Amino acid sequence: MATETTAQHVDPLALEEAGMCVDAHGGAIGMPQLCFDWFPNQMFWLVVTLVVIFLVLSRVALPRIAAILAERQGTITNDIAAAEDLKAKAVAAEAAYNQALADARTEAQAIVAEAKAEIQADLDVAIQKADAEIAAKSAESEKAIAEIRAGALDSVKAVASDTAAELVSVLGGKADSDAVNAAVSDRLKG
Amino acid sequence: MASESLGAEHVSEESGLVFHPMDQFIVKPLFGDGPISWYTPTNVTLWMGLAVLAIIALLVLSTSKRAIVPGRGQSIAELAYGFVYKMVEDVTGKDGIKYFPYIMTLFMFIVCANFLGLIPGSFTTTSHLAVTVVMALAVFLTVTVLGFYLHGASFIKLFWISAAPLPLRPVLALIEVISYFVRPVSHSIRLMGNMMAGHAVIKVFAGFAAITAIAPISVLAISAIYALEILVSFIQAYVFAILTCVYLKDALHPHH
Repeated sequence: MATETTAQHVDPLALEEAGMCVDAHGGAIGMPQLCFDWFPNQMFWLVVTLVVIFLVLSRVALPRIAAILAERQGTITNDIAAAEDLKAKAVAAEAAYNQALADARTEAQAIVAEAKAEIQADLDVAIQKADAEIAAKSAESEKAIAEIRAGALDSVKAVASDTAAELVSVLGGKADSDAVNAAVSDRLKG
Repeated sequence: MASESLGAEHVSEESGLVFHPMDQFIVKPLFGDGPISWYTPTNVTLWMGLAVLAIIALLVLSTSKRAIVPGRGQSIAELAYGFVYKMVEDVTGKDGIKYFPYIMTLFMFIVCANFLGLIPGSFTTTSHLAVTVVMALAVFLTVTVLGFYLHGASFIKLFWISAAPLPLRPVLALIEVISYFVRPVSHSIRLMGNMMAGHAVIKVFAGFAAITAIAPISVLAISAIYALEILVSFIQAYVFAILTCVYLKDALHPHH
């Protein structure tokens, strides 16, 4: 009882000098960081902790993370190589496509030209044939027309002669067929 | 009985405001109330163990699928790996890569301990000098031994700057030697101080929250400092790791 009552009035500095770190209420005296009583404990557990962490890191964590990173790097490198390969293939495919397109186009043009020439030749032949036919037909027609015209002239002469003879006989004259014919021919010429 | 009355007096002394910003750094046994010897399981053990579990979850469990196209967890693991790997490679060069697991160990421990320390009510192991000093001294001793092992006595030439004019060289050598031996001090106190300061400031603002009028400001300030602490947690882990790389580079290539 007596010691407790005296402790109550003791200066904290005196307690600190006496090597005490904690006062009667469990409060800190000065800086607990400078309490040398606790140093061995902290140092011991720190060494234990650091050794455990080092073992965990060097045996498990760091090799594993290094392996993951290396694997990822490898995967990325492979993927890039594969992508470049595919890109080259795509470029080659495009070139082949363009080549095929150009070939097809020239071929199509050749076919078109050929077809055009063929059609033109056929057309020329047909036109020539048609022209010849038309010429033949028109010549024939002209001939027919000439024949008809000649026929019509003769008929006119005969009808005129007959009509003139009839007219002469009706008028009471005597129709001399040679005179009538001569007169008709004479009139037709004039 | 006596302790209860003491506690009441303790609070009344500070007129309603209770500031115990440093109490969060007290090392306590996990079981019982006995003295703390070197092997006692304490809150240090608990939070360091949680850091180990966090690292296992982050780097081992998340990568268990070994997916070519990573998921969220695996992306974080790969990001952490790539971040530290690139740092080691950039600073120390190709021949420093074989020390990558050691630097990764330090970085992952510090970053996980820092972030676990941001959980309200948690214990920040990296805010303790004992912890950071052990790591800084380990780096310092390893680098020094490595330097002498790889280059023999010519490692001393690290302090003899042949690019400087001859009269200046002894002066520079003295400065270089001093700065070399101060390295573990600055290396450890930088981390511990950053972590301790931020957590203590948050606690101080939390103490002010007891006053109703100041409480909103206090909450805002805590949020702002918490955000800053998230940044600091990462940056300090990064700084510790990159300084380790820089020191390692000196051991591997001491001839500037």
